Amino acid sequence: MSGLPGELIASFGRFLVRLGAMTRFAGQVFWQSPAVLLRPRLVVEQVYNTGALSLVIIMTCGLFVGMVLGLQGYELLQRFGSEEALGTGAALSLLKELGPVVTALLFAGRAGTALASELGLMRATDQLSAMEVMAVDPMRRVVVPRFLGGVISMPLLTAVFIAVALFGVQLVGVQFLGVDQGQFWSQMRGAVELGDVNEGLIKGLVFGVACSLIAVFEGYNAQPTAEGVGRATTRTVVISAVVTLVLDYILTALML
Amino acid sequence: MRPSRTIDLSTGLFVLLGFAAILFLVTQITNREFSLRGESYRLQAQFENVGGLKAGAPVSMAGVTIGRVESIGYDMNLFKAVVTLRIDANYDQIPNDSDASILTAGLLGGQYVGISPGGSDESFRDGDRVEFVQDAIVLENLISKYLFSQAGSRESTDEAPATTE
Repeated sequence: MSGLPGELIASFGRFLVRLGAMTRFAGQVFWQSPAVLLRPRLVVEQVYNTGALSLVIIMTCGLFVGMVLGLQGYELLQRFGSEEALGTGAALSLLKELGPVVTALLFAGRAGTALASELGLMRATDQLSAMEVMAVDPMRRVVVPRFLGGVISMPLLTAVFIAVALFGVQLVGVQFLGVDQGQFWSQMRGAVELGDVNEGLIKGLVFGVACSLIAVFEGYNAQPTAEGVGRATTRTVVISAVVTLVLDYILTALML
Repeated sequence: MRPSRTIDLSTGLFVLLGFAAILFLVTQITNREFSLRGESYRLQAQFENVGGLKAGAPVSMAGVTIGRVESIGYDMNLFKAVVTLRIDANYDQIPNDSDASILTAGLLGGQYVGISPGGSDESFRDGDRVEFVQDAIVLENLISKYLFSQAGSRESTDEAPATTE
């Protein structure tokens, strides 16, 4: 029975070691980023991998999130006889919360796992060591471009998600349920400020940094086995989701 | 590996779409019809109670937005709220005996400052003070006034027969 506290301390120790390694890794990535930006070719390729390839899933999910928001919002607001506030409510909740958070979760699931498994497989098949032997810095050639691609993609994906979701809200609220179109848009315009849009985009950017960093860290430091690559992929999704939600609270508290 | 032209094309498409979405969010769903960046002049108004009025709220005449509330402060000498209004320089013919009142847009809408024109020949200049004001209507005060007046009238009707006897 004396093993339990010891076990807890040991696992807390492992957590600290990982956190420290990640901080050091983040420092390296940030340090190398400006140099890598001078070779945009590699970054563009990764913007394609993480951004353009995620576009379909982001737009599909955005449409349905918007549609369900329209349905639920209408149902709720109808009780107070103020269906016209649907536009305001949907726009603010999408911009401030749903947009960045759902996009980040989808991003971790679509692009984060792809990054982690790709890097993990490179590690497992000794491609990264081979690069080092050839005097090519794998951080600069492989890791940082992937990180930067994710960071550039996330705010854009967030904006696309919110815009498509608003179309979904409008589709259900105005076209199906008959909220007045003029009221819908004018109330939204009256209530939404530029700061709200900024909040959404800043959150998208911060989540992009966090999720991309976690994905490349887990992939780069994966155990060089089939199991290790699988574990790195799983950890990417789990850690990204938790970190996104924790950061979301912190950012919201900071920006209120 | 795909040919890099395809990658460039789809990346370009993605980035374009992303910026189009940002542009849509910034221009279409935010209130940018009236910005304070253009030429404008300031007016001041003192209110007993501003209710839920906030800086940035519209100032309107006959429903047309002509300016914004720039700031709301409290004057410790007058014990009144001092509201600074910024009016678009295009609307420089407002009679200087016009009155400002704090109104509510709709049932759930935000509060704004409504200006109704007076009859003076001279118009407001930069830094002028609006003399005639009407405070925000606070629902609690209305209700308590109503209740007291009800109670008062009931007392008087109760007393009325007693005095006639």
